[in-house]
Amino acid sequence: MNKDEAILELKDILKIYPNGVIACNKASLKIKKGSIHAIVGENGAGKTSLMRVVSGLEIPQEGDIYYQGEKVEIKNPFESIKRGIGMVHQHFMLVQGLTVAQNLVLGMEPGKYGVLNGKEIRSMASKISEKYSIEVPIEKKVRDIPMGIRQRVEILKALLRNSKVLILDEPTSMLTPQETERLFVTIQNLKKLGKTIVFISHKLKEVKAISEVISIMRRGRIIFTGDTRKISEKEMAQLMVEKTIPKNRIVRSEEIGEEVLKVDKLKYLDEEKRLRLNCISFKLRRGEVLGIAGIDENGQEELVHILNGLIKRYAGIVKIMGKNIKDKSSREIRELGVSCIPKDKLKYGVAQDASFLDNLIVNKYYKYPFLNGLRLNKSYISQYAHRLVNSFSIEVSKLEAPVSNLSGGNIQKVILARELSKKNNLVIAYEPSQGLDIGAIEIVHNLLFRAREQRVGILLISSDLDELLELSTRILVLYNGKIVAHLNNLENISQRDISPYMLGIKEERVET
Amino acid sequence: MLKLIKYIDLIRIFIAILIGFILTIGIIYGVSEDASTTIWYFFLGPFSNISGMGNIFETATPLILTAVGTAIAFQAGLIYIGAGGAIFIGATMGTLIAIFSNAPTFIHIPFILLVALLAGAFIGYIPGYLRVKLRIHEFISSLMLNYIATFVGIYIIKYYARDMAAALLQSRELPKTAWFLRIIPGTRIHLGFILAIILSLLAYFFLYHTRWGYEIRMVGKNADFARFNGIDVNKVIVISTTLAGATAGIAGISEIMGIYHRFQWKALPCFSLEGILVVIIARNNPLLIIPVSFLIAYLKTGAQYAALIGDIPSEIVTIIISIIVFLVTAELFLEKWKQRLTFKEATKDELRS
Amino acid sequence: MSFVLDTIFSVSFWFSVLRVTTPLIWASLGAAISIESNVINIAIDGIMLVAALVGVIISAFTHNLCLALFLAVLAGVGMACILGYFNLKLKTNIFIGGIALNIFASGITIFILYLTTHDKAVSSSLKSLVLPSWDIPLIKNINILGPILSGQNVLTYFAMVGIILYYFLLYHTKLGLHIRAVGENSEAVRSVGISVVRTKFIALILSGIFASLGGVFLSMGYLSFFVKDMTGGRGFIGLAIALMSKNQPVGLLLSSLLFGITMQIVNNIKTLRIPSELVELIPYVVVILVLMFYGIGRKKKE
Repeated sequence: MNKDEAILELKDILKIYPNGVIACNKASLKIKKGSIHAIVGENGAGKTSLMRVVSGLEIPQEGDIYYQGEKVEIKNPFESIKRGIGMVHQHFMLVQGLTVAQNLVLGMEPGKYGVLNGKEIRSMASKISEKYSIEVPIEKKVRDIPMGIRQRVEILKALLRNSKVLILDEPTSMLTPQETERLFVTIQNLKKLGKTIVFISHKLKEVKAISEVISIMRRGRIIFTGDTRKISEKEMAQLMVEKTIPKNRIVRSEEIGEEVLKVDKLKYLDEEKRLRLNCISFKLRRGEVLGIAGIDENGQEELVHILNGLIKRYAGIVKIMGKNIKDKSSREIRELGVSCIPKDKLKYGVAQDASFLDNLIVNKYYKYPFLNGLRLNKSYISQYAHRLVNSFSIEVSKLEAPVSNLSGGNIQKVILARELSKKNNLVIAYEPSQGLDIGAIEIVHNLLFRAREQRVGILLISSDLDELLELSTRILVLYNGKIVAHLNNLENISQRDISPYMLGIKEERVET
Repeated sequence: MLKLIKYIDLIRIFIAILIGFILTIGIIYGVSEDASTTIWYFFLGPFSNISGMGNIFETATPLILTAVGTAIAFQAGLIYIGAGGAIFIGATMGTLIAIFSNAPTFIHIPFILLVALLAGAFIGYIPGYLRVKLRIHEFISSLMLNYIATFVGIYIIKYYARDMAAALLQSRELPKTAWFLRIIPGTRIHLGFILAIILSLLAYFFLYHTRWGYEIRMVGKNADFARFNGIDVNKVIVISTTLAGATAGIAGISEIMGIYHRFQWKALPCFSLEGILVVIIARNNPLLIIPVSFLIAYLKTGAQYAALIGDIPSEIVTIIISIIVFLVTAELFLEKWKQRLTFKEATKDELRS
Repeated sequence: MSFVLDTIFSVSFWFSVLRVTTPLIWASLGAAISIESNVINIAIDGIMLVAALVGVIISAFTHNLCLALFLAVLAGVGMACILGYFNLKLKTNIFIGGIALNIFASGITIFILYLTTHDKAVSSSLKSLVLPSWDIPLIKNINILGPILSGQNVLTYFAMVGIILYYFLLYHTKLGLHIRAVGENSEAVRSVGISVVRTKFIALILSGIFASLGGVFLSMGYLSFFVKDMTGGRGFIGLAIALMSKNQPVGLLLSSLLFGITMQIVNNIKTLRIPSELVELIPYVVVILVLMFYGIGRKKKE
């Protein structure tokens, strides 16, 4: 195989998930041997799905994979590894209680008659570490080493299994800037040793710094592949995002009222002491839809959990309706007129085995007229349910049937119906359209419109730029836990204006 | 078709019980020398006289009481097995109070019940508290407390309430004012049975018609969902184990006041464990607990008859019940059937939308 | 006071302690290996019971000690496989499956006991064999320690070996590494091609073997016959021991000894007029205290 040939080629990969979402829409990709090849795209563009197909975690409906020129069938992760394709997932697959060396050799341990040969293990580990100049403390337990080093272990794991192609999925999302630097050095070394690196990222600055070839993925297709040096970050950002004119661009209403939410210098460190929210401040008023744009995992989930009262260990002040929520319980916060539409519907939004009725009343069951003295008022609840089924067009055959019977779109309608049909001051909508088809998305947007008209303040946290532009009064962009842009006048703003901020290539200067 | 899905759980239980019956007959045939007589006595013996039928009610009573309490904890998603300890300590404290106090029956009995309830509640509270504050799993803490309660209970009876005249360890007899009225002459069916039915109905009402029951059920179905939407999950956990203990305390003293009139146990009574099996078979539903308890009581009584006349040890019931439990809890038992029905129903939804 | 001195400094006391501790060690080994793979074997008690009965019956009918031992362990492993099948393949909750299996074991052992001996309580009508005790040549002559360590039952010595084997298996074999990995992060294990279900099953089978040996000791070493429900909850105590010592071999030994010593003290006290119950509950309270201690430690970290 000569140097210019593709070591990995994907042809017309079609992947549709059981819920009907088309993740890969006849995507084709050629990866040249020995190159550092980046795949970029927004949330939901299909990059992770495509790599999951290559690493054997998903099976495509259609399409072919060619490895080293030959057509191959990859039915499970093991087959992928065997061929020499090593994937380093965004969330590491390491056993924390075992040492680095043990994690490295797991599944291929040296030793006779089933007995572990400790010396051999250590030797294998240090040999591979030296070979690729990737330093790791082989005797230490994984739980005692920082993220950056854990990632090195994952990379070595793949190399130990003779990977010729290394796929890194959002490799820098969990790293500090210094660790990122070291990762780049490692990648360069690996290339020198003949490995091919593919990495998925939304951080365009990094992509520009390290990759040689870049492919841009949008809505399940690869729409561009080219030399990284010949395309600017701005052009990348533009290609990643379709420019469309949103249908219902709101005319900015003058009816903006009192402040319902004030966040002041909010800082949050997670259990691993990483800074997830970095001094965030913003205000939200009645009648406003404040959009928070950003790629996944840039601090959104933490923000939502703080606002919902589930996370208490933060610095800074959060006030809802003028009241500091730090010492308020989740229930008390909701009593201030707050509703929350979670991103993870099945975990936080519904109780799958509970009935439709039970799921519908979780924010009302403790109040009159749902509760009448000691008793739950079943007939009132039933009437209420019928009302909601009608006004929100929820497809449900029997009210007592468990919610798991419903389709994804209907489950989201249940959540929206429940949250939006109470007197709200603040509605937190976190990825409300995720996983929904066009029809359902339109319904969701209409409902949020209605809420806005009822003088509710809406915090719309989304990675879908179309949605944000359609609904928001103003938009803040969140990147790496920081607000990097305040877009107050959306009149001439398009997706391509927002995406550079989301992708980390642009940041507003803060006036001092 | 949809009705079928709702009742599929019931059908599963029914089939499991049917298999149990068939197995019972099979074992008797295989083992007994006079199979037909044994079978006759097993299945019809309990109905042959009034004392036999009474036995069914008497045996069912403590099962219902134990199961109802445990059901509340199970509905909250907790593996709480401390009913035995609560039964024991409730019975102990109740006995103690009964012996050392005096009052007319209509005051004495409620008072004794209250003491038993509080003792059970206290021992039920501990695993809940430990779970919430220190994340200690309730299975191990309630298991240890069972032992602790047993020893403490025996100690108290031995040194404070012992019947010195008797050879075996037992407490002094309870004063007549502390005896449960026997309702039906010719049997030992006592007020405790009425109490069991009432508590069972109350528990059903509590779980499905009050706000606290709703919270308990939601926590059991998805604790993350409950917490996210404002339910105080910690409070729910503590309340459910406390209630479980309280009810079990009543179960214990009820047996003393109704059947034995003195404390005689040297170890956790077998209904404490069987109560847990009843809950499992009845899928945590207080209303179902009543018929399931009767079923188990019927089987136990029948087995005793069969053991008297025939050559089958009564332990056959234990075997059958545990097999039924296995069948009922294997989620994938008949799961394929349920899935097919559910899938058909869900796609009907899709077609309509 | 002199009673205390008499007991604690008597050789026969410590000799008995080792005997009493033996089944606890086996039970805790069975518990520990299963917990390490994240499948908590709640049914250890039931497995011990079944193995105890099978050992007695087979030895009585075949007069072959080795065969009896082998079949007893086989029966125990069979029980463990039932649990494994229901939990790993049919997704039965492990606690409920374990509880049901224990009750099943209790019932079926009494049932079969009755069928073979027409006695529902004891198997003494059967002439079952007993596992031998060994006098260890040099050790038995050591002052004080000699009479304590020598002359113990074969399974007592094997229990010590068992702990060492457990340690070796878990920390020095591939299987042990897989078991520990599966117990902590089954996704990671799956991604390198190891079968999670198979590993857990093997751990359960090992657990069954340990538990069976403990059961056999009860009916063919500690006593020489089977008594109904003779495990007396030792299987659950084994679980508590494993949890308390976090599955560490030395911890298993020490915690087992704690329970053993307490149990033997209680045995001795029963002859006097001292409340044995208050002594008996000490180890159970200790378990809770230790778990609380762990819990507080966890909280401090957060």
